[in-house]
Amino acid sequence: MLNPISLAFKKAKNENRPALLTYTVAGDSSKKQSLEILKTISNYADILEVGVPHNTPVADGGQIQTSAYRAIKNGIKMNDIFKIVSDFKKSKNSKPVIFMGYYNMIFQYGENNFLKKCKKSGVNGLIVVDLPWPENKIFSKKCKKNSINFIQLLSPTTSNKRLKSITKDSHDMIYYISMLSTTGGKLKISPKKILANYNKIKKISPKKNCVIGFGITEKTISNFKNTDGLVVGSQICKEITRSLNNRQNPVINVSKMVSKLRKQIS
Amino acid sequence: MKLKKRIPVIDQGDKLGFWGGKFGGNFVPETLKKPIEDLEKQFDKLKSDKKFIKERDKYFKNWIGAPTRFIKLNNLTNHIGGAQIWSKVVSDANGGAHKIYNATVHCLLAKRSGKKIIIGDTGAGYAGKMLSMAAMKFGLKCKIFMGAKDIKRQQPNVKAMKKNGADVIPVYSGSQTLVDAVSECMRYWVANCDTTAMCVGSTVGPAIFVRICGWSTSQISRELKVQLIQEFGEIPKKLKLYNCVGGGSSSFGFWNEFMDYDKKQVEFIGVEAGGPAKSKRHAAPLTYGSKIGILHGAAQYVNQNSDGQIEETESISAGLDYPGISPLHCFLKDTKRARYTAASDEEALKAYQIVTKYENLRPSLEPSHAFSVAIKEAKKLSKNTIVIINSCGDAYKDRGILEKKLGKKYVKSN
Repeated sequence: MLNPISLAFKKAKNENRPALLTYTVAGDSSKKQSLEILKTISNYADILEVGVPHNTPVADGGQIQTSAYRAIKNGIKMNDIFKIVSDFKKSKNSKPVIFMGYYNMIFQYGENNFLKKCKKSGVNGLIVVDLPWPENKIFSKKCKKNSINFIQLLSPTTSNKRLKSITKDSHDMIYYISMLSTTGGKLKISPKKILANYNKIKKISPKKNCVIGFGITEKTISNFKNTDGLVVGSQICKEITRSLNNRQNPVINVSKMVSKLRKQIS
Repeated sequence: MKLKKRIPVIDQGDKLGFWGGKFGGNFVPETLKKPIEDLEKQFDKLKSDKKFIKERDKYFKNWIGAPTRFIKLNNLTNHIGGAQIWSKVVSDANGGAHKIYNATVHCLLAKRSGKKIIIGDTGAGYAGKMLSMAAMKFGLKCKIFMGAKDIKRQQPNVKAMKKNGADVIPVYSGSQTLVDAVSECMRYWVANCDTTAMCVGSTVGPAIFVRICGWSTSQISRELKVQLIQEFGEIPKKLKLYNCVGGGSSSFGFWNEFMDYDKKQVEFIGVEAGGPAKSKRHAAPLTYGSKIGILHGAAQYVNQNSDGQIEETESISAGLDYPGISPLHCFLKDTKRARYTAASDEEALKAYQIVTKYENLRPSLEPSHAFSVAIKEAKKLSKNTIVIINSCGDAYKDRGILEKKLGKKYVKSN
């Protein structure tokens, strides 16, 4: 039986489009609101990345940092984040959930405890930004044992030799960072170049679902229709910030945005 | 956990860069793996390359002004009435602090790898000032990331950086101090690592930066060893080396050459920043038993909450105001080679007053923490004990704070 993440990719493929992955920060701007956002965007997105906010993020740009600091300031704790996921998973239109965060949060929770809790609350995959290969070998094995997808990251600086070893050790899904940038950077290289790198990865590892992230927005997303999946994060976080500043409802605005994104790749 | 003899501590990490199996490492985004690996290869080759060492020594001598003085503080010794109190005046170095060694080595490495831009973080502003000086010397463009709060309280160094042609980029996130400056600098490197070299300002960060910095500041103890033999004909039988510890670069460099001596002969005392006496916040993870966590790419003892969010620190001294600590010091603590304690803001200020009253020496607020503990302990020690404090920074940068806390008479006009 396919795991829920692979199933989501399969479904999108059957519809002849890339899977749409969204990234929102748990607890932004409140526990309740971030849950509402997940519930509404799951009408359009295929997989939901849930950001675990951390206050010394070394790979996040301004938009996601703002969201993360807002969530932390509002008192979000690790256990609240698990609760948000388990509540979301009880909703009728739930989708696979991937946690994206930094290793210290897992380390402090205890790797085994963390995975147990992930399983219990319905987390399907993990992206740990600062736990690269080969440092992640042991932990990714633990994830596999617990039927949790450990998602390896690849970047334009990843050498071919590394690329082969990493994809070999990856589970069903891999994440290609489109360019040298923190999250939310402007697309500074051509989509053609990004797709060439993407195709190189697919050639080495045709069976794994490979998503592209960083720099994917309403403006750029339609360039990447022939891929397995696309991640939009910073633009959504930015929309939450904009809505809050204009005293508008972020749930409605974000939902509109994600629906539009989906249309652009359908 | 054991310290090995005859192997430099910077080279005692395992394959993945962990000291003692658990401190340090490389907790970095995938994008940085390649530039870090390149830097590792370059450094491992050059650190035993005679030509490179010669080049380094040339700049250390002719440009930085090695060796810095090793002096006896006679008046202070008489006043305290215990051990002999000496100081290694590292603030003699060009620029006024030990940060110049690491900055110079990073610029030499950057130049050899063909990078045109170098970036760095700074707290007290010394690391930034020195990097801007070295960058200018070696013809590199320079960007310095500095917390907005630190920019306000360390103006003299900010001015110096700008004068040296560096861009000073204020960091407004989080506590607006060193911890956020390092994060922002690393983020910038993630986005620009193809054209830009990064210098981490202390023995912190991914393992390679810990190693390069420790290797660079070890110049301090190399000089001191020679000076001790010149002065005493041997390494004294009872020697105590006091140093403040923020990230840990000056203390590591002050101790490195004495690592293999028995601690009964050469004792290392690291003094962390205890913060204001009445505050619960501190910057002393080793003294107050903080838990191991990951900060800026390395596992270390770090101030954090139960979830793993890094906690804000509080100290009068911007250079020590950091929630974590070098993996090297975690290793030296757990192997019991060094002893760590803390001094409060008030104690550091008092020590500054005592030192400046009796001696023609103006330690900045960072080494004033070390002076505080050294003065207290020296009182109870025998006359044949040699106490040495590393005066690793000059108080010029602190004049604003000193004037506010102690009044004008403690601030000289230059």
